[in-house]
Amino acid sequence: MEGERLASQARSSGLPAGGATAESPGVDAPLLGSSGSSALLQAEVLDLDEDEDDLEVFSKDASLMDMNSFSPMMPTSPLSMINQVKFEDEPDLKDLFITVDEPESHVTTIETFITYRIITKTSRGEFDSSEFEVRRRYQDFLWLKGKLEEAHPTLIIPPLPEKFIVKGMVERFNDDFIETRRKALQKFLNRIADHPTLTFNEDFKVFLTAQAWELSSHKKQGPGLLSRMGQTVRAVALSMRGVKSRPEEFMEMNNFIEIFSQKINLIDKISQRIYKEEREYSDEMKEYGPIHVLWSASEEDLVDSLRGVARCLDQCCKATEKRMSGLSEALLPAVHEYVLYSEMVMGVMKRRDQIQAELDSKVEALTYKKADTDLLIEEIGKLEDKVECANNALKADWERWKHNMQNDIKSAFTDMAEENIHYYEQCLATWESFLASQTDLHMEETSEDKPESH
Amino acid sequence: MEQAPRDPERQLQPAPLEPLGHPDAGLQAAVSEEAEGARDEGSGEGTMTENNFWLKKIEINVSEAEKRTGRNAMNMQETYTAYLIETRSVEHTDGQSVLTDSLWRRYSEFELLRNYLLVYYPHIVVPPLPEKRAEFVWHKLSADNMDPDFVERRRIGLENFLLRVASHPILCRDKIFYLFLTQEGNWKETVNETGFQLKADSRLKALNATFRVKNPDKRFTELKHYSDELQSVISHLLRVRARVADRLYGVYKVHGNYGRVFSEWSAIEKEMGDGLQSAGHHMDVYASSIDDILEDEEHYADQLKEYLFYAEALRAVCRKHELMQYDLEMAAQDLASKKQQCEELATGTVRTFSLKGMTTKLFGQETPEQREARIKVLEEQISEGEQQLKSKNLEGREFVKNAWADIERFKEQKNHDLKEALISYAVMQISMCKKGIQVWTNAKECFSKM
Repeated sequence: MEGERLASQARSSGLPAGGATAESPGVDAPLLGSSGSSALLQAEVLDLDEDEDDLEVFSKDASLMDMNSFSPMMPTSPLSMINQVKFEDEPDLKDLFITVDEPESHVTTIETFITYRIITKTSRGEFDSSEFEVRRRYQDFLWLKGKLEEAHPTLIIPPLPEKFIVKGMVERFNDDFIETRRKALQKFLNRIADHPTLTFNEDFKVFLTAQAWELSSHKKQGPGLLSRMGQTVRAVALSMRGVKSRPEEFMEMNNFIEIFSQKINLIDKISQRIYKEEREYSDEMKEYGPIHVLWSASEEDLVDSLRGVARCLDQCCKATEKRMSGLSEALLPAVHEYVLYSEMVMGVMKRRDQIQAELDSKVEALTYKKADTDLLIEEIGKLEDKVECANNALKADWERWKHNMQNDIKSAFTDMAEENIHYYEQCLATWESFLASQTDLHMEETSEDKPESH
Repeated sequence: MEQAPRDPERQLQPAPLEPLGHPDAGLQAAVSEEAEGARDEGSGEGTMTENNFWLKKIEINVSEAEKRTGRNAMNMQETYTAYLIETRSVEHTDGQSVLTDSLWRRYSEFELLRNYLLVYYPHIVVPPLPEKRAEFVWHKLSADNMDPDFVERRRIGLENFLLRVASHPILCRDKIFYLFLTQEGNWKETVNETGFQLKADSRLKALNATFRVKNPDKRFTELKHYSDELQSVISHLLRVRARVADRLYGVYKVHGNYGRVFSEWSAIEKEMGDGLQSAGHHMDVYASSIDDILEDEEHYADQLKEYLFYAEALRAVCRKHELMQYDLEMAAQDLASKKQQCEELATGTVRTFSLKGMTTKLFGQETPEQREARIKVLEEQISEGEQQLKSKNLEGREFVKNAWADIERFKEQKNHDLKEALISYAVMQISMCKKGIQVWTNAKECFSKM
């Protein structure tokens, strides 16, 4: 099979085979566009085998970000920074627990919006209390994400659920949508809490603990919208340049994430489609059992058999519903999160490229313009540090992300397989018991009718 | 297509009965023994039938189907399918079967045979033919009569029809049926020569004809309701089943997409690659397993369809009874009115209105001689009428008795067959579940190794 050939090539050469196609696969059942994930999130479960060696506890100061310096941690020598970035998440030391619940609708003259209650429980010293309860709206989450991205441009920030789903939405806030979003928001915050660096981010702390007015005033600090936009335009120009001089390992990373992104998107579509097909199957099954009961009303001698079949069909229908809910609780949200995650990672790659490009352009300037050499050299020095930090941060976070991704995907699909096994086992049991009852009766009947037929 | 050489000793003896199925003849020949006609799903193998007609056991197979082209009655070219019917007799001693007859028939000839049986055995619930056109299709099944799957299922249905007829204690003795299996050429002419089309009462087929029957046998009225209900519920069931099949197909097939994507993804994964790849393979297996599963279910649907069509056959018997009862009541009514007329003429009292009476009033009385003549005619008619009524009554009672005997036989057959069908459906579901468990267990193992 072609896939196998590609796979073996990939593993031996260490490079991904370029066999991935961009067009949609010729699938038997045409895939529909995502019609809005009705996904539920589970509480985050970290499943790590390796012990971490260097869990550094970062002081408060380190998390206060200087907007112009992109270093994510205590700026010392690059070597110590490499050590600092090599860490794993330690489930035993989890000391920050966050839940998101109780969506509430708020109506003002200008708009309608939903807030969510966020409860934080922690044993950390830097928090003033051990429990916090605040209300936040989606905009606030967006703000937080933005701040995290600014502070750590080459760390993989967890994704937020989409702003809105275009297809299949009648009203902006239907129950399924809100529930899906709530769970995704909870996942978002817990992912940050579990991230060795992001968990100590000051804005994150403010987000979790500040009252509404405190948050508003805190938000007003920091560079305005305009300056951020200015950076974006420059960034695009730079990133083009950064691609050319990208080091080998980042090329690999980029190739991986591009293909991964394609595949996970397809898997997302397939999974949504399976859910839809199962829903329609379940709807038809609801009608199937009752017809047999109806029939049994006009058949004296077949009442048992017909009702038996009806019972089996109803049980199978229930089992299907259970299978569906399992799908929507585990697989669908997990896959969808990685769809969004892959976009995040691609963004991070771009930002790294931009940082590199900044350095490269200065270096180029140095070789051509002889003026202000000293200043340039100084700037280049700083930029070199910056690039090294960014690269190291990304590398470490990439490994961590990939590791998590593998575990999450593995667990999601294993769950799905488990659900299916359970489904078929339930159906099997119900049909087998029907069959047993019929053949027992059958044997009784035949032995009654024809005693001499032995 | 070779005919086995006819061994005179082994030649089948045609039954010494009239080809025209008189109720009396049928009654005398009726055997209470039930033939065991077990049906094999999909294998097309014939099964043993006990058959007094043939005087020894025979096997009937509709073993092949072939596309043919020919010219129809309008001399236009047409394509049709012909079916090979093979008849074998089984020796008691060694159980070996010998091919005795083999010929080709097309669907329209089966129809002709059945129509003939309907006319000559109106008291029998005549086994139905498989559907003429594919109905209750779901998206995968083609509604095309030439589709090989349809042709295959029809082949099995036709074989089943022949087995049903051959195992019916009365129908099996019919000469035309015998000739259907043995005389390829000229059979159509032979059937038509019986003139059965003329005997057919068009009123039986007329859907809008309602007979104002005053005293139908209650059992037939109930039976008619039952057959209506049976038809309605089985149609409904088949429709829903088709939709369920369609959806189930969708669920399975979409999983197949995982196979491809996993395979492509595995190319970029080092640790996860193997697990993904093999899991993908299992998804492919899962997706393709639905084809066989649904094909088996089609055979189950065909078993239900047979009883759907049997409902029509039941209704036909009920209608025949109604018709006979109606004729009887009309005849009785006619007789009663004639008697009344006679009495009035004899006694001179006019109780009932008659045109003749009116005209005599207006234009003068008739002569005693005229009156005598009329009385005489009426008396003759009355005598004839009484004879007819007596024989109609007898016929009617005979019909009811024979029909009800066959209906009882049919009921037992139906209960047995439907129960078997439901059990076989359960068996199919069990097999499907076991396959599912297998595939997903394998997939889970692959996933957990990722």
